Amino acid sequence: MKTTKEEYKKLAKDNTPRSPVLRDCVFAFLFGGAICSVGQALLGLFKALGAEEETAKTLVPCTLIFITVWLTGFGIFDRIARYAGAGTLVPITGFANAVVSPAIDNKAEGWVPGVGTKIFSVAGPVILFGTLASVVWGVVYYVMTCVMK
Amino acid sequence: MEVITSYLITFAVGGALCVIAQLLIDLTKLTPARILVAYVVSGVALTAVGVYEPLADFAGCGATVPLTGFGYALAKGVEKAVDEKGLIGALTGGLTATAAGIATALVFGYIVALIFRARPKEQIK
Repeated sequence: MKTTKEEYKKLAKDNTPRSPVLRDCVFAFLFGGAICSVGQALLGLFKALGAEEETAKTLVPCTLIFITVWLTGFGIFDRIARYAGAGTLVPITGFANAVVSPAIDNKAEGWVPGVGTKIFSVAGPVILFGTLASVVWGVVYYVMTCVMK
Repeated sequence: MEVITSYLITFAVGGALCVIAQLLIDLTKLTPARILVAYVVSGVALTAVGVYEPLADFAGCGATVPLTGFGYALAKGVEKAVDEKGLIGALTGGLTATAAGIATALVFGYIVALIFRARPKEQIK
């Protein structure tokens, strides 16, 4: 059987697995939205328990990080992340997972070269470039406030 | 009713920020680690140009829990420190504002690494 170019194209298209992009995005949206909503609920809880606004706002990421590192330790986080993709990566949970996960994986290399170094393998760049950007903004902001006086 | 609306906004904004990252992962060659860095730096930049604070006021944790919110905290931290202490605040403000989160991640990350053993899995690169 001879196939023309058009037929081949159609055949190839029909046999290519459907793009997972849409599915990935739906999962990312649902998990990401859910994690942020949990954060919002925690914020309300801390305020109800009598924490001041600023303290409550600080405690939210700390609590999410605390939960994530344990879920990572038990191997549950990775199972969720497989479906959630960016939904668990982008919230602060992704940062916490990126801190603890390489630390556990490289434990065999020792406490200083293994855990101590690898705990910063993703946190390092995040903190470095975040701090860099914030210092640049701080200097610009300082100059702006001087000019405006 | 107001509570439900505010949660829907939080959910939608937080979810949307994740979808942008998912599209970057699926459609470009950006690795997750690069995306985290890009999000934090974007958060600082968007706060600097005055876009992120209104979003944070509007969406609450929908804007502050994603990593762009980490950048927002860094940027607000330096602004506050510069207002109070002058130029030295540019150096102290960012890390001061984010110290609690970083310390929590490091301390409990270390404790968890003490307790658990490595298991075969995909790693964030």
